Formats: sequence, structure tokens, C-alpha cells
Amino acid sequence: MAFLYALPGAVAEGLIWGLMAIGVYISYKILDIADLSVDGTICTGGCVCAVLITNGVPAWISIIIAFIAGAVAGTVTGLLHTALGIPSILAGILTQLSLYSVNLAILGGKSLISFVGSQHPLMLSMSNNPLAIVVAGIMIAVVVIVLWLFFYTEVGLTLKSTGDNPHMSRAQGINVNFNKVLGLAISNGIVALSGSLLAQYKGSANINDGRGAIVIGLAAIFIGLSVSTKIKPNLVVSLIGVVCGGVVYFIIYNFVVIMGLKTDYLKMLSAIIVALFLAVPYLKSKYFTKQKPQAISADINAGGDANA
Amino acid sequence: MLKITNLQKTFNPGTVNAKMALCGLDLTLRDGDFVTVIGGNGAGKSTLLNAIAGVWTPDYGTIEIDGVDVTNMPEYKRAKFLGRVFQDPMMGTAPDMEIAENLSIAARRGTKRKLVWGIKKAERESYVKLLETLELGLETRLSSKVGLLSGGQRQAVTLLMATLRRPKLLLLDEHTAALDPKTAAKVLELTDKLVNENHLTTLMITHNMKDAIAHGNRLIMMNEGKVILDVEGEQKKNLTVEDLMNLFVKESGKEFTNDRAILS
Repeated sequence: MAFLYALPGAVAEGLIWGLMAIGVYISYKILDIADLSVDGTICTGGCVCAVLITNGVPAWISIIIAFIAGAVAGTVTGLLHTALGIPSILAGILTQLSLYSVNLAILGGKSLISFVGSQHPLMLSMSNNPLAIVVAGIMIAVVVIVLWLFFYTEVGLTLKSTGDNPHMSRAQGINVNFNKVLGLAISNGIVALSGSLLAQYKGSANINDGRGAIVIGLAAIFIGLSVSTKIKPNLVVSLIGVVCGGVVYFIIYNFVVIMGLKTDYLKMLSAIIVALFLAVPYLKSKYFTKQKPQAISADINAGGDANA
Repeated sequence: MLKITNLQKTFNPGTVNAKMALCGLDLTLRDGDFVTVIGGNGAGKSTLLNAIAGVWTPDYGTIEIDGVDVTNMPEYKRAKFLGRVFQDPMMGTAPDMEIAENLSIAARRGTKRKLVWGIKKAERESYVKLLETLELGLETRLSSKVGLLSGGQRQAVTLLMATLRRPKLLLLDEHTAALDPKTAAKVLELTDKLVNENHLTTLMITHNMKDAIAHGNRLIMMNEGKVILDVEGEQKKNLTVEDLMNLFVKESGKEFTNDRAILS
């Protein structure tokens, strides 16, 4: 029974994190970059939104500014990686770390800002889960439609090819470095947008929000794609799958909590889920594949000598 | 069309692994030249092609394409002059994207990409016609991911992509080396057809001396970062593999060291 009561909340929170996972999908799946700055940008989104709303800025403007703040952070990661040649994983860690200071500065040195008593109504809140589900659903629909259109434009296609094959992209006149920065900006913008919704939902922005967010985002992606790729491996189905992955994750999360697992262990649970999803395909291919003739690789091996 | 003057490049300079790959190479290609390039291992053939493509900047010397000095131009910018096909069939196409998407990206090489629809409807129809000319049955698979194609099919698509927007210079880096003999012959045939139809200036590296003699109007042989032999016209047509081996020994003073070239 308790589980059923918790269900609407799990769905609402899952949808908000599903939006975050869409951002991670862009960096991890499309650009092929494991971008760890999102742990910081999801918090930045919440902080920016909280400060603006408590200072009288309407909520809808606040979330747009949160998106921009996230995009700026993503641009920093992108430039660290492309212009300064820092490996992408390290570039993300550096941004994430420095964002802790930035977020503290945004919060004015406090570790928490609560929305209690803000002049403007919030877009969504824990106290009204059905409304939160609708609002989060609309935001996701808008983001998915915009991304769907974008990735079929000339620019969008080059962004896909940048992650898929950088050699081919450069040979076809695509500025791979610019595209990586652009993609990371969009990705982190969406993550910060999700952070701004999450802060409103929870009623506060906390400097420690977002720790381990990347792992939750990846978990949502893996759960979602494990089903959606079997239906149809196109972008829209994948994005919807990723959002559903977020919802499933939070339903499991709530179920486990209600079953009596100490919340202290939840981060480890997230890590185990992600590790399993990464390990299973590898182990399967290593130990459980039957040998089957593969036309492509056979030809290439016969050609030999790649250094000529 | 292409003018290379005193091109020099040393890899790992100042270390024990320092290797001078290009030693003051000069080469001029006229409009419409189809030049085949042969040479032993480490002769600098691929290094030359990569220098032209802009994979890295040379230490010294200049590269001009159609009168434009591209020596310091980044790779993605000079792509507007160049069509490229690589030795590795996996390198020229994006595997997780559709055939049509790959072609549409190639159709816009050298243009400013905008926020407009990436593949127009009329474009799709023109791609169907284009793929029909390959006779590989790809015309019905426009929406298939390129990763599902065989190595030979991918190389054929890469060739189409390299020539879809007429390049000033076509660079082929042993583009049949990774294919089985039958597929290789087919891809070479397609190469000849595309080069002739579009009157393309072409630089083709090959390890196969017979192919080097049979294709193109001019042949150059490289050794230790320099061009040591440059023949064309009738003289090239009358060459035999044996002639080439003897010429190599005469010009370089050593045995030809490319096993694959000798065995094939």
C-alpha cells in the first residue's frame, strides 16, 4: 500500500530526472563523451532558479536562465577539452569541481535556499504530484520535439557524425571541436533545466544536490535503451525510452526504500545498476557469443598491415 | 591543381625515434592528372597524403591547391577542396547513421551548415539514382545504418561521398588494400569510372604495382620521403612490374621492401 502512495511522487521525480538523462544522452551517446560536469550543472540549475525566484523573478524566466547557466558551464567543459587539449573526462571533473564554488557564490555563501515564502508561484511542487507530472511531461515534450527537429537539420546531422566518426567528419569539412562544444553546451543546458525543476519540486536548492547525478542519468539511459532499441532505434524513441528509464529507476528506488533499505546505501545501489548494465553486454559478448562468420571483419583482417 | 614545394616533416623530432618522413618533396599535379603512387614501407606515401589533407602541418615547405596556399589551413577547412577515401573502410563513413544521412553530409562538404532540414526530399531521390549506379543493391537501403554494410560496400559509399561534391583533388590512400581481391577490383573499377566521368585530379596510393601501371596517366615512386621516379603517358603504359622493381633498385640502391607489393 505504502508503495502505491509513493508512486505518483516516484513518477514525478523520475520524469524530472528523465529530462536530466536526455542531457546526458546527448553527451554520452551522441557525442561519445562521458561528461562528468553534469553533477555540477544540475546543482547550478537549481541554485540559479532558487535565487531568481526568491528574488521575485517569475519561475518560467528562471528556468530559461538556469538553462543558459548550464549551457555556459558546458561550454567551459568543451573549451577545456577542445581548445586546451584536456581529456574530456578530466575536463568534466575540473568543471564539476569549480562549479561547487560557483554554486556556493550563487547561493550567496549559504548551503541551502528554500522557496518558502517566494512571491511567485512555483511551476511544480511535491505537494501536488499530478500537476508536477503534467508540468514535467510538458517540459520533456518540448525538449524532445526541439531535439528531434534539431538533429535532422544540417547542423544536427554534423553533431551526430562528430560523435559517430570524427575522422569522416573532418574529411567532410565539419569543425569537430566546435561541434563538441556546442553539444556539451546543449547537454548541460538541459541538465541545468532539469535541476531547476528538481529544486522547485523539492522546495529548495542545496549545495550538495546533484552528487552522483551522472550515475543516475546513465542508469536511466541504460534501463531505457535496453527496451527502446528493441522497438525502434531512432532518436525520438530513444529519448522517450531514456525518460521512461528515469521513471523506472525512481520506482525501483522508492520500492527499495519502502522495503526497508537504508537510504545511506542508495548511491551504491545506483552505481551497482550502472556497473551491471555496462558489464553484462561485455561479459555476454566475451563468454556467450556463438561464432558466426562476419563478412566485414574477415575481409579486413585478410588485408592486414594497417600502418603502411 | 596541386603544387607541393620542398615539403619536410619529421615525426618525434629530438628523440631517438625521430623519423624524417618527408625530405624536401616536390610534386606538381596538372588539372586532370590521375597519379598512382607506389613505394616501399615507410617511403612517406601516406605521410604525403595526410600532409595534403591537413592531418598535421609540415615543418617546412608549402602546399597549394588550385592556387590557394593551404599549408596552414586546418583539416576541416581544406576539406572543401578534397575528396578522401581511407585504407580502413570503417573510417570514411559514420556507422550509426543512415546511408542517406552520410551522403547528405558529404553533399554539403565545404558549405556553411545551417539550421535547415538536413536531407531534402528531392535529394533522397537523387541518392537512389546515384546508388543504383553502384549496382550493389544499396538503392533500396537508403535508411539503413551504414554500419550494417560490408567493407566493400562502405568503401563504395565513401567513394561516392568523396566525389558527390566535385573535389579539386581526390586522395585515395590504399583504398582497396583492406578488401578481398574481387571487391577490390570492383572498387577500383568504380574509382576509374568516377574519376573519368568527373574529370578529377587524383592521387592514388596503391601497394599493387599492376594496379599502379593499369590505372591513371602518371605514376610516381617514392623512397625515403622523396619522389624518385615520375613517369607518364606512353612510357608509363609500357611499364611492367619487373621494370618498376629494376628502376627501384637503380634509383634507391636497395631492394624493394614492400612484401605485399611483391606478393600481389
